[in-house]
Amino acid sequence: MSITPQQVDHIARLARLDLNEEERQLYSQQLSAILDHFQQLQEVVTEDIPPTFQVIPSQCPLRVDEVRPSLPREHLLGNAVDVVDNQFRVPPILE
Amino acid sequence: MVTKKQYEAVIGLEVHAELATRSKMFCSCEVVDSTSAEPNIAVCPVCAGMPGVLPVVNQAAVELGVRVALALDCEIAPVSIFARKNYFYPDLPKGYQISQYEQPLAQNGRLVIKTSQGEKVIRIRRVHLEEDTGKLTHINQNGQSYSLVDLNRAGVPLLEIVSEPDLGSAEEVRAYAMTLRNVLRYCEVNSGDLQKGVLRIEPNVSVKEAGCKELGTRTEIKNLNSFRALERSVAYEIERQIQLLQKGEKVLQETLGWDDILGVTVTQRSKEEAHDYRYFPEPDLPPLVLDKEWIEEIRRNLPELPIYRQRRFQWQYGLSDYDAEVLTEERSVADYFEEVLRIAPELSPKVVANWISGELFGLFNQAGTGFSPNRLAAAALAELLQELEKGTVNQASAKVILSEMIQSGKRAAELIQAMGLMQVSDAEIIQGWVIEVCEANPLQIDAYLKGKETISQWLFGQVMRKAGGKANPHIVRVLLEKYLHGLKDDQQA
Repeated sequence: MSITPQQVDHIARLARLDLNEEERQLYSQQLSAILDHFQQLQEVVTEDIPPTFQVIPSQCPLRVDEVRPSLPREHLLGNAVDVVDNQFRVPPILE
Repeated sequence: MVTKKQYEAVIGLEVHAELATRSKMFCSCEVVDSTSAEPNIAVCPVCAGMPGVLPVVNQAAVELGVRVALALDCEIAPVSIFARKNYFYPDLPKGYQISQYEQPLAQNGRLVIKTSQGEKVIRIRRVHLEEDTGKLTHINQNGQSYSLVDLNRAGVPLLEIVSEPDLGSAEEVRAYAMTLRNVLRYCEVNSGDLQKGVLRIEPNVSVKEAGCKELGTRTEIKNLNSFRALERSVAYEIERQIQLLQKGEKVLQETLGWDDILGVTVTQRSKEEAHDYRYFPEPDLPPLVLDKEWIEEIRRNLPELPIYRQRRFQWQYGLSDYDAEVLTEERSVADYFEEVLRIAPELSPKVVANWISGELFGLFNQAGTGFSPNRLAAAALAELLQELEKGTVNQASAKVILSEMIQSGKRAAELIQAMGLMQVSDAEIIQGWVIEVCEANPLQIDAYLKGKETISQWLFGQVMRKAGGKANPHIVRVLLEKYLHGLKDDQQA
């Protein structure tokens, strides 16, 4: 097994996921299987091959710097759970 | 005998500059002033991170990025890659920031800085494009504590400029930051306003024993909103780390804030778990391929940068190092200076320089506007200085007129007439004032004749006063000296 439950906890925390003991075990096994598979791929010699950053062979299209209307604010805030002073209210961030 | 260990500081700077484009980095929302605009008025599904949307790169942002990279002597990557930097924070609606990681826009640049020790080359590690986050406001009210999110700034184009750790003191850090800001302003990237946060400077500070190869543990300082805060915080942090090491303690790797009132760096706990960013290539954006022709075109259109312009001002106009530096710090000032001399090439560059950096800066400062050429056209200043040169007005009157020109928008010639400030150079009239003043002040004349020569300066002032400040000071001085010497001769005879 190539991933520890502690590493799973760490990843879960970064992803803001709350895992119970059962899920923790389950994901440890599943993630390990995935990593094992990649371990196998690592064996392929790729020294002289540039990394594939993109599978679609195209160039990045550029957009002319022009302003177009944004969303009406009531539509934007309509999706929010909690709005105060036309802003999204979230739990306290500092302190 | 135990000798005290010597330490040296190793500092690198990470600078984020908002790019003053019309629209955002990956969508067509307007870039608004996030410190003053109504919240959440410039947000669309793309910058709000709604599912199913696709980012499209703003060409103007790429151009500005390339311009800065070229100004910093960087190698531009023919192909650069956008990447996702993943972390959860309420100011980041997508849950990731689109940035560049492997293969940034540009690498291996340099910036020459000047300090009291002379010139020094600071290497630039990389320059890359990314997007800004939203703005958080922390509220503590009626026992309630929460944060508010405004997404106007989310998705605004941002350029990150990372230096090598080549800086060795707080003074060098300040010089680097100011020089870089001036380059950014010349490149018309943004206003360079630290208060408004369009330019954000974050130093990484570590210290090590002098001569030691291995680097010490570094700390990062954030939330610096002035150059003074930058310099003070770095000086403080260097000293704090040296003291820790001298006591045999360790420096913790952490992100610090700066308390400007107490003058100390303080531990910041925000985003503490966010350092595992799990970068991966942005699947929504193909590689950014830059056309060679386009890069060359941007290079051709690069403005003359402050350091080169400064050197040119020295040899072309014979200005001092100091004058040339003051005039070239801002492109608009340097342009203005050259415009005045283009209109009136007979004027002495030194005189024009003094009027701009002395009188004009002073008047604009008083008005609290900063240098604003739209309030006094270069042609108008040229005209006033021509009148001064011709002797129509004297220096003191010209200063009064300059102030009035800015106030009223009227021209020099008109104001000279209207304010009756035409310089009096008529020797007969001036001679009359000299005699009147000397005869009215017998005590002072007596003192002068007894050897108190400095009285002549006071008498000069009295004559100028009598003349309502309009007399030609050169003629006053000559006639006054002549008169006083005459009295002396009479006394000796």
